[in-house]
Amino acid sequence: MTETLNGKGLALIPRTDTKQTLKDFKSDQEVRWCPGCGDYAILAAVQSFLPELGLKRENIVFVSGIGCSSRFPYYLNTYGMHSIHGRAPAIATGLAASRPDLSVWVITGDGDALSIGGNHLIHALRRNVNLNILLFNNRIYGLTKGQYSPTSEIGKITKSTPMGSLDKPFNPISLAIGAEAGFVARTIDSDRKHLQSVLRQAAEHRGASLVEIYQNCNIFNDGAFDTLKDPATRDEVTIRLEHGQPIVFGTGDNERAVRLSPTGGVEVVPRAQVADGEILVHDAHNPDPSLAFALSRLDEPAFQHVPIGVFRSVDRPSYDQLMNEQVETAIADKGAGDLAGLLRGGDTWTIN
Amino acid sequence: MTKQVQQLDRVIIRFAGDSGDGMQLTGDRFTAETAQFGNDLSTLPNFPAEIRAPAGTLPGVSSFQLHFADHDILTPGDAPNVLVAMNPAALKANLADLPKGADIIANTDEFTKRNLAKVGYDGNPLEDDSLKEWRLHAVPLTSLTVKALESFDISKKDAERAKNMFALGLLSWLYNRPTEGTIAFLEAKFARKPEIAKANIAAFQAGWNYGETTESFSVSYEVKPATLKPGTYRNISGNQALAYGLIAASVRAKLPLFLGSYPITPASDILHELSKHKHFGVRTFQAEDEIAGVGAALGAAFGGSLGVTTTSGPGIALKAETVGLAVTTELPLIIVDVQRAGPSTGMPTKTEQTDLLMAMFGRNGESPVPVLAAATPSDCFSMAIEAARIALKYRTPVMLLSDGYLANGSEPWRIPEIDELPDISVPFTTQPNGEDGTSFLPFKRDPETLARPWAVPGTPGLEHRIGGIEKADGTGNISYDPDNHDRMVRLRQAKIDGIDVPDLVVDDPDGDARVLVLGWGSTYGPIAAAARRVRAAGHKVAQAHIRHLNPLPANTGEVLRSYDKVLLPEINLGQLAMLLRARFLVDVISYNRVRGLPFKAAELAAVIQDVIESD
Repeated sequence: MTETLNGKGLALIPRTDTKQTLKDFKSDQEVRWCPGCGDYAILAAVQSFLPELGLKRENIVFVSGIGCSSRFPYYLNTYGMHSIHGRAPAIATGLAASRPDLSVWVITGDGDALSIGGNHLIHALRRNVNLNILLFNNRIYGLTKGQYSPTSEIGKITKSTPMGSLDKPFNPISLAIGAEAGFVARTIDSDRKHLQSVLRQAAEHRGASLVEIYQNCNIFNDGAFDTLKDPATRDEVTIRLEHGQPIVFGTGDNERAVRLSPTGGVEVVPRAQVADGEILVHDAHNPDPSLAFALSRLDEPAFQHVPIGVFRSVDRPSYDQLMNEQVETAIADKGAGDLAGLLRGGDTWTIN
Repeated sequence: MTKQVQQLDRVIIRFAGDSGDGMQLTGDRFTAETAQFGNDLSTLPNFPAEIRAPAGTLPGVSSFQLHFADHDILTPGDAPNVLVAMNPAALKANLADLPKGADIIANTDEFTKRNLAKVGYDGNPLEDDSLKEWRLHAVPLTSLTVKALESFDISKKDAERAKNMFALGLLSWLYNRPTEGTIAFLEAKFARKPEIAKANIAAFQAGWNYGETTESFSVSYEVKPATLKPGTYRNISGNQALAYGLIAASVRAKLPLFLGSYPITPASDILHELSKHKHFGVRTFQAEDEIAGVGAALGAAFGGSLGVTTTSGPGIALKAETVGLAVTTELPLIIVDVQRAGPSTGMPTKTEQTDLLMAMFGRNGESPVPVLAAATPSDCFSMAIEAARIALKYRTPVMLLSDGYLANGSEPWRIPEIDELPDISVPFTTQPNGEDGTSFLPFKRDPETLARPWAVPGTPGLEHRIGGIEKADGTGNISYDPDNHDRMVRLRQAKIDGIDVPDLVVDDPDGDARVLVLGWGSTYGPIAAAARRVRAAGHKVAQAHIRHLNPLPANTGEVLRSYDKVLLPEINLGQLAMLLRARFLVDVISYNRVRGLPFKAAELAAVIQDVIESD
């Protein structure tokens, strides 16, 4: 059986002895997002975090689809491909499956990953392709100038929905857990420390990692995540998930805790009403995804409390490992391919 | 009693029965025996898309036609000399193709009142006079099989199922085929069920013995081995040849093969075949859809694999956007289209040549792609290598067209020596190519081929970004500059137009024919067979076959203009004719039939003769 690379997710990728800095990862291209866009913060966080991994820069590849966020690869001095709408996970699958020595990152948005590319996303996750998928969720279409997206709230008034949108939004975390993802996390563009900590864990996870990043579009959906950013409300609504820690949040009289609910899910209750032993202790490594899924539902309704952090981090062999193992097994069983032998296999006859 | 043995130069047999009767297997085995014997041969399987259509009905009829001869032949044959009809539906569905005087071997056990009624027979054609113009051999195949297997410890159902082996044994006797191969095959196939293996072998031998002893067959036939070019041969289908060609291309390119594919008739067998050969470093990826299949292949190509996707027409429609990305990122990629009858789902198991214009033009923007088409089942091997050669040398997606007829049809193939195959390897770029000696320009082109450098991830110092947005010439940076776009559009076109393609070869035995019959793809066999017939009747006709459809061979215009008339049969409504008329202003005469079936040689011979005789 193939071993998982638990905690050694970067083991197959060549490391560098040269010290790297943020500057090494900046390309010579002018960054062209709107002033004030949350993408700038994410780019800066990624550029300054990549040197920490200590990987050879030429073994890092960023693949994107289409959308504002998908310009990302142009700004990083690594290998990169800006592909087509929704297809980045499919293209990256071919790359990652055939090149276990690469650290492959997919940069996508809520429209790219969840509308046009929804099929590729769920299949990349279930296959456990060795990808780090960063889903920039701004809950709107930016590049096409402001239509509602598959994560927009019901009733969203946009250019294409003047009477309000009708569609129930996707919860990307729930979707990823449902799609058998091994690593699922959420973070926020404005919290660099948290963002980088989550990215580090995603990078070190061998297999598919999905990181939802709440990202503000200050042009078409400004303030979408303000309750999570405003110092006045931030700590009252943000549930910071940490493996092995009891799940509590809020301050003072408003301190709350998460416990199992009688209906089989989890619920938020005032801290004072719960005995210590009743508080749910977060277990990101639980093989059963049920509780991680239940936690992902806590942001409903209307962002009253929103978990961030690593929901789930469970190891299983990545797709490239399994694919390579079959190649190696075939070679062990049959010997390395002999073309002349293949062509002459089966019934032959000779004419002199 | 020694029966008379009559010499024949060629025979066409059609096995027909219900989908569940094992006709494809029976045909395959007879083909293997015939190949082993050394005849030239050509096969045409014809089966319904339904896996098990209702038993005994016309839509459920599955057939397998085999043409074999003591000389080289080009097609599976127009009209069978022998029809094996396992039930009334098989008789009814195939009788119209059967010339008067041909042999019919009918399984009388299945001609029951109920089965006859199912297909609209009022009476039993085996018992009234309706088949008197054919040579009818009414044989109770099922009950003879069951009787022959009485001593075996198997169910009645299993005994009945062996009736196809009884029929195979009978036919093997009738045409003096070697039997060792079939016995070995049955032993291997049923290795885990020895009783079933023995029963099938017994049924096969009982069929042979029945032929030898019954009075229904007074003569057996012999078709001497053909004299083919010296060499070692095997029988091969188009899909298998294509899969082998891809593996050979991978070996000769020294690159790992990555196949991204989604199952679709009639292309799936290429995926099946390649997935058996992982010890060649072949990675096969059954994707979630057609788009992911080509996407993964392109991603693997970016990483330095020989990226391939295989599909049929509906899949090409879905892959179009990714093929466009491959055009603009200028990465090597092979897209195999095993064409089938369309539009939409069309007739999945039937053949057609209707995807040519989609292969040429079915993308947004000016998006030129080389297009190749295999001419025969074994030619799929060579054309797969040729597709890889062009893709790698010029860094471009290449469309390789096959079709249902080539995919499932088979013919003897002279196995090439490995060193006869071209070395198609190209080096990756590993050094900076900028004037300053340190920078890397991902779109700086080779002055001769116009190919851009192929630098794969993992190469230090050559980190670069590519994508679907228009790129500045040389640097590859995003560019919206109008003149740059015009230049890049023309450069991409010029690169494809400049691909080295062998000249079109004309076959004109006397050198003074005034009519040229031209073809592309799987019509090669019927057209060449028709040309032979026309010549044998004392007429002159030249023949040429196009395997490179884009770019066309450099001498195409000159060839077309050298003849008074150019006839172009196509299994579409004139797609290549449209291209040739537009490009060369030559008044090509089209002959088009879109019936889901290959042309017949006799049909085309008549058309050629008409063109020769008309003014």
